[in-house]
Amino acid sequence: MRNLIVVGHGMVGQRFVEALSARDTAGQWRITVLGEEPRPAYDRVRLSAFFDGASAEELSLGDVPDGVELRLGEAVLGIDRARRIVQTDAGEYAYDKLVLATGSRPFVPPIAGADLPGVFVYRTLDDLEALQAYAEGRRVGAVLGGGLLGLEAANALRLLGLTTHVVEFAPRLMPLQVDDGGGAVLKGHVEGLGLAVHTGRACASVVGTDEVTGLTFSDGGSVEAEVVVIAAGIRPRDELAASAGLPLGPRGGFLVDAGCATEDPDVYAVGECAALSLDGTEGRTYGLVAPGYAMAEVVADRIVGGDAAMTTPDTSTKLKLLGVDVASFGAPDGPLDVVYHDGANGVYAKLLLSDDAQTLLGGVLVGDASAYPTLRASLGGPLPGPPIALLAGDSAGTAGAGALPGTAQVCSCNAVTKDAIVGAIREGAADVPAIKACTRAGTTCGSCVPMLKSLLSECGVHQSKALCEHFTHSRQELFDIARVRGIRTFSELISEHGQGRGCDICKPVVASILASLTNGYVLDGEQAALQDTNDHFLANIQKDGTYSVVPRIPGGEITPEKLIVIGEVAKDFGLYTKITGGQRIDLFGARVEQLPLIWRRLVDAGFESGHAYGKALRTVKSCVGSTWCRYGVQDSVGLAVDLELRYRGLRAPHKIKSAVSGCARECAEARGKDFGIIATETGWNLYVGGNGGFRPRHADLLASDLSTEDLIRTIDRFLMYYIRTADRLQRTAAWLEALDGGLDHLRDVIIHDTLGLGAELDAAMAHHVSSYADEWKATLDDPARLARFVSFVNAPGTPDPSISFETERGQRVPARPVPVTLTGRKS
Amino acid sequence: MTTAFADFADLATWTPICSIARLEVERGVAALVDGIPVAIFRTFTGDVYALDNVDPFSGASVLSRGIVGTRGDVPTVASPMHKQAFDLRTGDCLDDPTMRVRAWAVRVRDGVVEIGEPLAVSVPA
Repeated sequence: MRNLIVVGHGMVGQRFVEALSARDTAGQWRITVLGEEPRPAYDRVRLSAFFDGASAEELSLGDVPDGVELRLGEAVLGIDRARRIVQTDAGEYAYDKLVLATGSRPFVPPIAGADLPGVFVYRTLDDLEALQAYAEGRRVGAVLGGGLLGLEAANALRLLGLTTHVVEFAPRLMPLQVDDGGGAVLKGHVEGLGLAVHTGRACASVVGTDEVTGLTFSDGGSVEAEVVVIAAGIRPRDELAASAGLPLGPRGGFLVDAGCATEDPDVYAVGECAALSLDGTEGRTYGLVAPGYAMAEVVADRIVGGDAAMTTPDTSTKLKLLGVDVASFGAPDGPLDVVYHDGANGVYAKLLLSDDAQTLLGGVLVGDASAYPTLRASLGGPLPGPPIALLAGDSAGTAGAGALPGTAQVCSCNAVTKDAIVGAIREGAADVPAIKACTRAGTTCGSCVPMLKSLLSECGVHQSKALCEHFTHSRQELFDIARVRGIRTFSELISEHGQGRGCDICKPVVASILASLTNGYVLDGEQAALQDTNDHFLANIQKDGTYSVVPRIPGGEITPEKLIVIGEVAKDFGLYTKITGGQRIDLFGARVEQLPLIWRRLVDAGFESGHAYGKALRTVKSCVGSTWCRYGVQDSVGLAVDLELRYRGLRAPHKIKSAVSGCARECAEARGKDFGIIATETGWNLYVGGNGGFRPRHADLLASDLSTEDLIRTIDRFLMYYIRTADRLQRTAAWLEALDGGLDHLRDVIIHDTLGLGAELDAAMAHHVSSYADEWKATLDDPARLARFVSFVNAPGTPDPSISFETERGQRVPARPVPVTLTGRKS
Repeated sequence: MTTAFADFADLATWTPICSIARLEVERGVAALVDGIPVAIFRTFTGDVYALDNVDPFSGASVLSRGIVGTRGDVPTVASPMHKQAFDLRTGDCLDDPTMRVRAWAVRVRDGVVEIGEPLAVSVPA
């Protein structure tokens, strides 16, 4: 095996080792990655999500591939090309091939006071953690730099609760991405958020004695600032060029050719540290991840003997800064332009066209970038529609994918063309997650996801929303119809909005919708005929036609007296008992006519339905928490009990599981749940969208350090929003992945209340909580409801003769094999 | 209402089962007819049908607990075990043409549901 050393473990370094591992099928390369940061590669593009509550773990880009050795916290100090060695303070590493992926450092201009305590840069998670700690309890901050990073930093200060100034030397914000018109609209948005924008002003000095207290401007003005973030650009990390004797580009960066090789064919550079020289142009660095990924792929190909080469990188960008969409693509100017400026709504767009107006050369979008995916993919070709329709139309972003040439790059982050995506669809990728998995399109910034959807439908992958042959609507549409029009019966719904008399698909869906809207007894009147057998008998059917019984044990906490009752009931009815994964006890082997007798005993002992049979809240698991545990920081059992009692009986598109952990050790496995809560020193972190099961998924952090009151309100809204908008049998994990805008959208709706739905969702949950009643108690109290619990309508006391048991490990289990009947096969 | 098979009703042995009021619309009940479990259903249109109660796929005696509905114009019940649909009129499985259950003659006389014999199988030998 030959040795390959990668210097730097950032986004591009990680992409490179993934790309090489995938190509090196013969296992010829032993790969070692040396990273200076103590953390493995994380998503620096989403760095600011840290202030929205994303943890370092969530920003992680995942593990290095199997067989790759990752050495973190080990900076490379020198390169000896003659001996083909790199040196770190831990020793020397021999290489056959060397890949430099050292990235950038923040540029700090030489102004007085820039070294004062309270002055920060904005590049690494460590920087952000230090900034967050220092900003605690302070009031005013300033950011030097009004570019992309500067506005990200300004948003961070704003989220930390500081009054924020943005200082930009150029006459407009984001001078590299937008023109004056776009800059003015952007400034309007930013000022509308309460930030003070100082464009066209240069900072003369940072002032303060022991720590920073303010800024002075070269025009003589000044502002107070207790925290200063310098975001004045980046410079390539090319210090190793000196010891290695490698040439640099005119503005720094390891000079590389189209194959990303330096003048030494065994030494490559990729990403922000590389100065790419194509066709004799001077070397230029690129501070975007997409060109870095492209370089990583080129070098991986070259290492295994290929001849991939870089073309001029695409510097198109689409961002959401301070809630404002900003996008730029293609050339900064052109012979013709079309400008759309809607001052009232803060939308600005400019398209640059060739002199015959036939070819799109570039453009700028501010305030609404929904047309970006279509426009960017049309670069260098004809516009897919009339310019004004593209710019002003609200569906422009999803229109016209079919008009694009096959070679158009739909996903610029991962350089995936329309042809590649269409190929994947033809080979069976039937939804967006499948396309993501096989092409990587849409996995980085996500802006092309609407295009992926439109390509799916243009390829004839019919993403029908129709529930079944009886309704052409989706579950969400039926929910809205029933809610808005006040429809409360299946018959009314299907006669006005469907056809036929329903089936095992639509009837339980409507039952669930009606249950969510009314929270009445689920088996009254016509609703009884809608329920699956589990909801119909309020128990879980098993393979032999018997049922299992699961009493609710909130939070998994149970008294010895109640445990004894469960044991006695199981013994008296001959039930098989098993502890469930949700910290309760399942009693198996009950016949329908036994269910009321079993529940009479359980209800009398204070138990109520556990809804194990329903698409409803199941359990809220907990660890033992601060009550007993020497590590616990909060009362996880108490919270779990409260939550389970609050949401018990809540009908939903699918089952809902939850857990509460009393400390970060996470013994309750909360991140595998639909909503999981992990205690912090000061409150609770809320995670949503987790799942075990068929496709495990770790829940995403929705909000951190919440008070109990805020936590409950946030969960209330999360659950109600899910119940209203999810598809049939769609768990929160799949719902969240399919949600347009993803976690950010969810946060907007339920935390920032951007749709104004908050009060309505709160009221819906309040109604649920106040109208909850135990449905087993309600059943036992009503002879009419009990009447259906008979084995045979003409022989109610006769047990089903087909049910028989044998004994295994001391308990009754269904007799095996299940008897095969004579009816059945036709021939 | 009642069934299309009343013509030979008097030739068959009829077992009274229960009052028609005992049948919820679009649900089934199980009955024992000479020791054989039979599922009886009442549809939205008021028709009453009877099938073997044993689901041939699972072997469990559960068809009476399935969801009653329609597929096209066919009245159906879906097995509560794995959701295969059966034609209430014939017992034919709509999701697997090789499978069926028996349909039984059924009628309502003086408000009482009565079960007769299994209907002759109408598939080619």
